[in-house]
Amino acid sequence: MTSSTCDAGALARYCLALGDDALIYSHRLQQQVTRMPELEEETAIANIALDLLGQARMLLARAGAILGQTEDQLAFFRAEKDFRNVRLAEHADGDFAELTGRLLIFSAWRLALFTELSAAPDPVLAAIAAKGVPELTYHRDYAAQWVVRLGDGTDFSHDRMQRALATLWPLTGELFRPDPGALVSVDPGAVDAVIDMVLAAAGLDRPDAVPPAAGTGRNGVHTEAMGDILAELQSVARAYPDATW
Amino acid sequence: MVTAAAAYAVAAGTPDPELPLLTVADLGILRAVEVTADAVCIVITPTYSGCPAMHEISADIRRRLARAGVARVTVETRLSPAWTSDWITPDGRRKLREAGIAPPSPTSFALLTPGKRRGGPVPLTLGPPAPVPCPRCGSSRTRRTAGFGATACKSLHRCDACDEPFEAVKPL
Repeated sequence: MTSSTCDAGALARYCLALGDDALIYSHRLQQQVTRMPELEEETAIANIALDLLGQARMLLARAGAILGQTEDQLAFFRAEKDFRNVRLAEHADGDFAELTGRLLIFSAWRLALFTELSAAPDPVLAAIAAKGVPELTYHRDYAAQWVVRLGDGTDFSHDRMQRALATLWPLTGELFRPDPGALVSVDPGAVDAVIDMVLAAAGLDRPDAVPPAAGTGRNGVHTEAMGDILAELQSVARAYPDATW
Repeated sequence: MVTAAAAYAVAAGTPDPELPLLTVADLGILRAVEVTADAVCIVITPTYSGCPAMHEISADIRRRLARAGVARVTVETRLSPAWTSDWITPDGRRKLREAGIAPPSPTSFALLTPGKRRGGPVPLTLGPPAPVPCPRCGSSRTRRTAGFGATACKSLHRCDACDEPFEAVKPL
C-alpha cells in the first residue's frame, strides 16, 4: 500500500478494526483476572491485558483524530454492529488451555501484522505498531511456552489442550481471509509456521481446517458473546455519559 | 521566559511513579524540551503502550515547572521513534542495580524503527531466556520465575547462588 492510495477514511477504519481487536481482547483477559491457576499467571494476563488496552487507546485515538471523536466515544458509545474486531477476540475462554491457545494464535497473527505495519505510510500508525512489536513478542512467547507445557505435560493436560485447539480453530479462518479494508496483509504461511513449531514442540495435532463462517467481525457481524461484552464494557459510561475520570 | 536548558533540568528531576528511584531522564523517556515565546513544551514517550504512569508523569512535570515559575506548559506524548530499554542511562542502570533490580540487557528490538521494515519475522523463544546477572551477588546462575512482574516493565527472577529473588527490567 502506498501513501497515495491510503486515504484518511481507510486509515481510520483500519485503525478502528485493530483498536477493536485489542480493546475486546483486553476486556476478555481482564475478566479472567482472579481466576488464574497461580499468582504469576494473574500478573501475566493482567499485564498482557494492559498492553492491549494501551494499544487499543492509541489506535482508537488515531482513528478518532480523523473521525472527529474521542477514544472514549469510540469505545463506549458505538453499537455492536459498528465494532470491527475479529471474532477470535470476543471468544470466552472456557479454561486455561483455551486462554493460552487463543493468546498464541492471536499474538502470533498480530505480531506478524504489526511487524508489517511498522513500515506503514502513516507515521502514527507505524509508531503504534513499532511500539507494539516487542510487547506482542512477550505475549506470544508466554502463550507458546504454556501451550508446550500443557501439550507436552500429562495425558490430561494434553487432552485439554488438544480440545481447546479444536474449539478455537473455527475462529482462526477469519484472520487470514482477504480483507479489503486492511492496509497490509500477513503471510498466513509465516504465522502458521510459528504455530506449527509450537504444536510440534507440544506434541499436539493441528486441527483440520474448518470452512469459515459466513459473516465476519470485520464486517460487524459478531458472535452472541459480543452483546454481553459490550453491556459490561459500556454500561457505566452510558449510564453516566458526563462522568469524568 | 525560562531557557530550554533550565526547563529541561526541572523536568528531568521528575521521578517515575513506578520506579521512583529513577527520574524520567534516567529512563530516557524525556525526549525534548521546546521553548517558544510564551510556552514550554515537554515531549515524553511511553515505555509500554499501556503504561499507566504517563498520566501521573505529565501532571508531575507540569506541577514542577509551575513551581519553577513556568505557567504555560504543554506535555506532548510522542511515539516515534519507539522507546527502547537501551535508552536507560548508565546512571539509571547503576541506580537500578543498587536498588536490587537488574538493569535490562541490550535489546534486539532496538533496530525496529517506524517506517523501516525489519528483516524477517521476530524469532519465537520456547526455551528459558538467557540468565540475567543477579543484581546482588553478580552471579549468572539465575533463572526467570515469571515473565511478567508487578509492573509492565519488569520480570521476576531467582538467583541460585545467593538464593535471593529479584526483579529485572525487561529488554524492550
